[in-house]
This record gives sequence, C-alpha cells and structure tokens, in this order.
Amino acid sequence: MAMTMTQKILADHAGLDYVEAGQLIEAKLDVVMANDITGPMALPIFKQMADKVFDKDKVVLVPDHFTPNKDIKSAQNSRAIQDFSREQGLTHHMVQGKCGVEHAILPERGIVTAGECIIGADSHTCSYGALGAFGTGVGTTDIATGMATGELWFKVPSAIKFVLKNKPNAYVSGKDIILHIIGQIGVDGALYKSMEFVGDGIQYLTMDDRFTICNMAIEAGAKNGIFPVDEQTIEYINEHSTKEYKVYQADEDAVYDEVIEIDLSKVRPTVAFPHLPGNAHTIDEIESMDKIYIDQVVIGSCTNGRMSDLRKAAAILKGKQVASEVRVMVIPATQKIFLQCIKEGLAEIFVEAGCAFNTPSCGACMGGHMGVMCKGERCVSTSNRNFVGRMGDTESLIYLASPEVAAASALAGYIANPEKVGGDK
Amino acid sequence: MKANGKVLKYGDNVDTDVIIPARYLNSFDAKELASHAMVDIDPTFVERLNPGDIMVASKNFGCGSSREHAPLALKTAGVSCVIAKSFARIFYRNSINIGFPILECAEAVDGIDEGDHVVVDFDSGMIYNLTKNTEYKSQPFPEFLQKMIEVNGLVNYVNSKKGE
Repeated sequence: MAMTMTQKILADHAGLDYVEAGQLIEAKLDVVMANDITGPMALPIFKQMADKVFDKDKVVLVPDHFTPNKDIKSAQNSRAIQDFSREQGLTHHMVQGKCGVEHAILPERGIVTAGECIIGADSHTCSYGALGAFGTGVGTTDIATGMATGELWFKVPSAIKFVLKNKPNAYVSGKDIILHIIGQIGVDGALYKSMEFVGDGIQYLTMDDRFTICNMAIEAGAKNGIFPVDEQTIEYINEHSTKEYKVYQADEDAVYDEVIEIDLSKVRPTVAFPHLPGNAHTIDEIESMDKIYIDQVVIGSCTNGRMSDLRKAAAILKGKQVASEVRVMVIPATQKIFLQCIKEGLAEIFVEAGCAFNTPSCGACMGGHMGVMCKGERCVSTSNRNFVGRMGDTESLIYLASPEVAAASALAGYIANPEKVGGDK
Repeated sequence: MKANGKVLKYGDNVDTDVIIPARYLNSFDAKELASHAMVDIDPTFVERLNPGDIMVASKNFGCGSSREHAPLALKTAGVSCVIAKSFARIFYRNSINIGFPILECAEAVDGIDEGDHVVVDFDSGMIYNLTKNTEYKSQPFPEFLQKMIEVNGLVNYVNSKKGE
C-alpha cells in the first residue's frame, strides 16, 4: 500500500509496516524540544509522570523567547529550564548567549536530521521538514509526555502535494513562495494535513529557503511541511551533524488530497497584509496602491534570520542609509550567524546603514520585548505572524515579507520593491 | 457531563495570540492568564463571562502559536466548552490534554447566536439551543480520545498505562 513521505516516517516510528490517513498511532520520538515559555510550564507536568527524561541526548530546552531575560518572571522561567537541563544532565544544555533561536540552533548544531520524528512545544517545529524529517508543534502537556516517555500519539495526516516548477527570479526567495502558497490556499488550507513539496523547482531552493517554507506550513494550518532529501540536504547534514540519518521517499502512487502546481518563475515578491499570513499581495499590486509608510522593520526570526537572509538584506543596504524615522532591527538567529555577520562585514553594513544589530531572540516577532510597537505603528517584518496585537498594540500593523522586501522598505520608508532598489545580487 | 450557559460568539481564525497575548506569557499561573483572556479582540470578555458560558466560533479556532496557555486561560476563566466549525490542530490536542471540552459542529455554529442559551451533552454529543428550540449533533471523538477524556487528560492516561 502506498504512503506519503510523512506517513512512511510515522509508520517506521510506530513500528508499523503501513499507516493510513486518520489512523491513530503512538510513535517513538527522536527529539523533544521546548523553550523558555513552554518548558517551565511543562516541568511540573513532567514530574507527575517521571523523575528522569527518557533520553538525555534527545531532550533539548532552548532559552530564546523572553531572552535576554526581559524581567524577573522571565528570568525565573529561564532559570527553571537551565537548572532542569543541568540536573538531568542533558547533552545539549543550552544557555543564553551561547545558543540562538530554537529552530535555527537545532539544525545548525546537527541535533535534528533527516528521517527523524521531532516534536517541539513551539508551533514552528514544522521547520525541520526542510531536512526531510517529520517535525510538528505541540503544547505543554504533550511535550511533558514526550520528555517522560519518548512517545506520543498522533493522528496520521493526509497530504497536499505541491509540485514546485521552474526557477524563481532574482529577489524571490522561500518567503515569497510560502506567502504566495498560503495566499492561494488560505490560513486553514492545509488544516491537519502534511504539505509535501516536490518538483524540479526545489533544486533551485537553498536549505535556508526550505527552512523558511517549512517554517510557515503551520500558517496554513498544516501538521508538518516536508521536502525530499536531495544532494543539498545531504551536504547540509554532513556539514552540521554526525547523527545517523535515514532518507524516506514518498511512494510514487501515494494518494494526496490535492496536487497543486506552483510555477516558481511566476512568483513575485509577496507581502502578507494585516492580520493574516494568507492576506497576500504581490509587490506589483502594492506599487499600484498609495504608499504604505512604515515605522519599524524587523529582519530576523526562526523564519528569516539565517545567514543567507542576512546576506540578502545586507546586499541591499550596503553603503546606503535607512529612512530617517524608521527603526530597523537586524536579529541574527544564532550566535554562529551573529559572529559570521561580523566576520563578513555584514554587521558593519547594518550599523552604518542605521540599523540596530541585536542579539538572537524571538522577542520582537512575538511582541515580547526588543521591538514592540505602540498604537498606530506599522512594521515590515520577516517573521511569520501578523495577527492582531502580535508585535504590540492591537492597533499596530504587521506586514510579513522577505528579507529583500524588508531591506528595500527600510531604505524607502514605505513598502518597496527590492527589484528597483537593487544591490549586489 | 453537561455544559449549560449563555453563548459568546466569534468569527473565523481566532488565534492563540488574541486568546492570550504573548506579553502575558512570562507567567503560566492559570488565574493570571485567565484574567487576560481574549483581551486583544474583546476587552469585555472576562467581565461579561459567567462561569459555564459557552464560546461559539467559526473556522480554524485556536490557530497560531502552540501555547497551551490559551485553552488553559479559557478553561480557568470559566468557559465550559468551545463549539467551532473547525479547530487548529495544536489547540485541539492541547484542549483534550487538559480536559477542556471542544466540539466541531458547523450546523450548530450557523444556528446559534450571541446570547443564546445552550446546553451541551458531552456523552451524546448533542447540542441544544434552548433559546431557538433547535438541536444539533456534533462529531463524536474517536474512541482513543474518549478514553483519554474519561481519565481526565493525557497525564493520567500515561500514568494508567505504566502498570501494563
């Protein structure tokens, strides 16, 4: 019987030869991850079930949301997961200032790899699909159970197959592609389902593009997003991880709820307007509207805070000045990326252009700290959500975009087309 | 088990950021979270809500962040159940895991208005609108989840399996 790529991974982890959509299974977990918001809440629940984590190599707690500690309560929460990591002797003991944003640091450190079954108490855990793994977000009780038992129940998802064709144009990257797709299918267009990305177009997508695309699968309601493993994936894994990995492939006759073709050569720089990630507009539509003036730009997050994202932004900002009254925050997703920005001269480009160059944190994206907006302000952000009040006041507005659009907009002071601002490409 | 209360009704895509904004997530104290429930789309929610009241919403309720703080805030605020056309999957799991009843029933959502008096029988899955004198049948939970709800959540389910 034929299975999708996701179904094959789940079947293997449940010790079954075959699973089908809708089936309830209990699967073994390769990585169980939580952060400084969900982790502390999980600890008392964990203690109702176990004294020790099921495997100290496989449980990871990352302080990244309200870090650097925003206030005393946040400090207590970070302290709780740091103490727990030490007491349990966790192999990957993450400490503020030495790690980064969870969905960037886990692949960078090779803690997650192809073929794995990964849960995280953070909805963007679907990011790991870029590596050909099953990754999905869960809540606190689920994560506590995973930490205690190394297993969790899942309902096997059906899938939508996205056939990506042709080569994207310059100034179009993973973010434009996923915003275009969510704009097409809607914010519940893949509810409970897998989004499986295939096609000749994926050869043109970097690993960073794939992380961005899988990261936002949840914004279409999906359980997970996943790419097949190709030469680029293997190269990335060999560079970052020493773990054993397994390559799964969807059966050729696997059944999909829907097959959607996306011609990447036709995708335009795309922006999601308030207050839904599915509220997509092309840059051409935006150029025909009245100018949308902005107060803030955020370039970073688990969606777009990786090295290639920052290189693209820097290429546009190099030697120029951001608009006089626009505050711009560039936030590398990990310490390694932060250091690389310094080594390559990107940090200098950002600061000379008038940007703040900040320590890795989820703070700005979730309206926690380090980039909160007041009533009436507008932001172009490379993050993943533009819900009401997500980055501050309920009457502030968030426009989601790629690093290229964000950088071009930072220079212009309004939402701008990176094709017209240029830079070294 | 039954729910019995007045209805507070909302639209599509009620996300977990508006159910409990991230600025309050430096705490996981249930009562504190409950005091801020729904504040960003309905600042009068906590004030208007009477214990046992029922939330009715359209599609994709609970989308966005995985924060379990969201169903916990609603449950602690006194909401007895949520009826929606569909739920985002993480919110669905989180609700079951903490023993917070949620029901999918599109017809009921269309047939119930703000302020209606509604009774829900969780055993039969029946939803009764006493104001309009109508009734609806919701989708029953799969047997596996019914078992989990019977033992009052995932923690008890896991602990009950330890002796096997």
